[in-house]
Amino acid sequence: MPVSYFLVLSALLFSIGVYGVLARQNAVLVLLSIELMLNAVNINLVAFSALLGQTGVPGQVFALFVIAVAAAEVGIGLAIVILIFRNRQSVDVEEMSLMKW
Amino acid sequence: MILAQSSATAGRAATDFMWLVTLLPFLSAVIIGFGGKRLGGRAHIAGIAAVGGGLVLSLVGFYQLAAGNATVEASWVWFELDSIELEFGMNYDFLTGVMFVVVTTISTLVHIYSVGYMHGDKRYTWFYTALSLFTGSMLFLVIANNLMQMFVGWELVGVCSYFLIGHYWEETDNSSAAIKAFIVTRVGDVGFLFGIFALFIAGGTFNIPELNLLAEEGELTGTIATVGALLLFCGAVGKSAQVPLHVWLPDAMAGPTPVSALIHAATMVVAGVYLVARMFIVFEHAPAALNVVAIVASITMLIAAALALVQDDIKRVLAYSTVSQLAYMMAALGVGAYTAGVFHLFTHAFFKALLFLGAGSIIHAVHSNNMSDMGGLRKFMPTTFMTFIVGSLALAGIFPLAGFFSKDEIIGEALRAASDERQIVAWIVLISALITAFLTALYMTRACVKTFFGAYRGHGHPHESPRTMTVPLQILAVGSVAVGFLGFPVVGPFPDWINVPGEVHHGFSAFYNLALPAISVAVALAAIWLGFQLFYFERFKVDIRSGRFAWFYRLLENKYYIDDIYLGGIVRPIQYPIARATNWINQNVIDGVVNGTAWGTVAAGKGVYGVIDQRVVDFAVNGAAGLTGFSGGILRYIQTGNVQRYAAFLFVAVAAFVALFGLF
Repeated sequence: MPVSYFLVLSALLFSIGVYGVLARQNAVLVLLSIELMLNAVNINLVAFSALLGQTGVPGQVFALFVIAVAAAEVGIGLAIVILIFRNRQSVDVEEMSLMKW
Repeated sequence: MILAQSSATAGRAATDFMWLVTLLPFLSAVIIGFGGKRLGGRAHIAGIAAVGGGLVLSLVGFYQLAAGNATVEASWVWFELDSIELEFGMNYDFLTGVMFVVVTTISTLVHIYSVGYMHGDKRYTWFYTALSLFTGSMLFLVIANNLMQMFVGWELVGVCSYFLIGHYWEETDNSSAAIKAFIVTRVGDVGFLFGIFALFIAGGTFNIPELNLLAEEGELTGTIATVGALLLFCGAVGKSAQVPLHVWLPDAMAGPTPVSALIHAATMVVAGVYLVARMFIVFEHAPAALNVVAIVASITMLIAAALALVQDDIKRVLAYSTVSQLAYMMAALGVGAYTAGVFHLFTHAFFKALLFLGAGSIIHAVHSNNMSDMGGLRKFMPTTFMTFIVGSLALAGIFPLAGFFSKDEIIGEALRAASDERQIVAWIVLISALITAFLTALYMTRACVKTFFGAYRGHGHPHESPRTMTVPLQILAVGSVAVGFLGFPVVGPFPDWINVPGEVHHGFSAFYNLALPAISVAVALAAIWLGFQLFYFERFKVDIRSGRFAWFYRLLENKYYIDDIYLGGIVRPIQYPIARATNWINQNVIDGVVNGTAWGTVAAGKGVYGVIDQRVVDFAVNGAAGLTGFSGGILRYIQTGNVQRYAAFLFVAVAAFVALFGLF
């Protein structure tokens, strides 16, 4: 199976993620889109690792790290979102202008 | 670089270090001048130490010179201008040695004397600074090996004299006297400077021994050498107060009395005599110049001695006496009696300093300069009286005091010259000298009688001066008796020290003519007798104010109207037009320039404000502000605060870069 298949899949997934980040109003969905982008990167890492056939599996291990970090990140992100929701009864990113001058 | 040095002994003799004597007083002047506040009433210690050290060194140096050490001439090249080479160096020979001893001796005694005399003066430290500075400058003048350096010292002593005459400058008379002294001597100094130039043109060097050598070899002849010598004599006339520039010296008595003793009697005023003595061989080879010296000196000694007869201020009596005695020295040089002239300089320094310091002691006691406020002081001030009488007798030329030996040598030499060549001039000098000897004894008798005899006419209670003042008087009195014997005929060593090199010197022979000293002493004694008859017993009471000689008395009282002639004939005609012209220039030219400058500045300011400031600078400032505001107004549409829009820009930009670098 040529590597380009994986790369196309990864690019599509990343683009969907970007679209979600840029276009979605709902903070939960923005976070979810970020997860999509991270997973697109993971696919790339695993695909290239398999392609280059190095000793060991550095790409896969690196992907695991990304997943772990992403889990931590999404945990903090969701916590922030929950707190904002409790304070403002909304998770609309357009309304999160608290830090704006 | 040492150009020329001639030292006979292999070891370093003290004569090589005589520059140290010059340096010491300068050092003390710096110490007192800059540490004055801290030293306060102890300022004299530095001065006395420096000058006293100089005295010891001078005596050692002179002893070595007399013991046979060679004279020292050493110099550096100060700077060169094309072919003109200016040196900075020292020349220590017998003439310098004698001057060193005189200057340091009198200066040391005056430094000590001033401790008492100037006690409590509000410018005490300044006084000592100037006194030390003067001593250093005088030694600098004396040790100079070239005329330019001598001129520097010459001006330095002039300015110190100016400082010290004007010491009590709160009174206008005193500061005017200082200015007068400075300006009148400056008239002579111009001549001196041009004389240096003339001799340089004639001889091609400023070096004194070289110039004298050139003259001796007959290479310094002709009009230019004569003119040079005459111009040098102009400087001497100014400094040594000869006619017609003698007017400053009596007024210089405005300074403190110790200053009068040091500067205006014993040292600075003999600088002119020293100059002629130093350049004597040049003068000798320009007989016309030497004749002028003799004639001017003859006129001066008579005029000044007559003036001393009518003064009431005791210091002015002594001042005119100094003028007259300086003329004696000049006249001696004028008839070729080099040794006798310098010897008179040497002895005169002692007894004239003694007389001035004695007068200072009297003034200190009675608080007045006028002899009409004195009288009868013999009883109140015995030490001053005794020493003053010794000084007076020495000045009058009574055997065996110092003045006798030196004065008779001059008269003897004048007679010798009268009998050989240059007769007329020598006869004039001889007759003037004899008349002056008579007048000298007469005015000194008058001064002594009016001061010490009769009844006290002043106020308050006069008292003897403190020991710091009387001890220098006693030392000088001993000196006034003793130094004459250095020139004792045949056995005295003075003629072996001071003589014209390369010429057979007569020495002080066994009285050239034995009748002569007898005549001069008889003349002096007659004058003293006459003085007592006139001023003490008041016999031959002639009414000089209205009698047949009233015109002469008035002439003397007005100092021959010379001051008035100068004031009316030179000073005023120059002063007032200059003042008017200066005023006109001030009003029209300088004010015009100032106003023009101001007007121009205002106009330029307006122009700058209107055009550059308003249009250019403000345009740039406003333009920059406007541009910033305009671009800010546009850019703020981008800055929405919406994170997602920023993120969109980010992705678009990244995509654009990828497209840019990836595709091309």
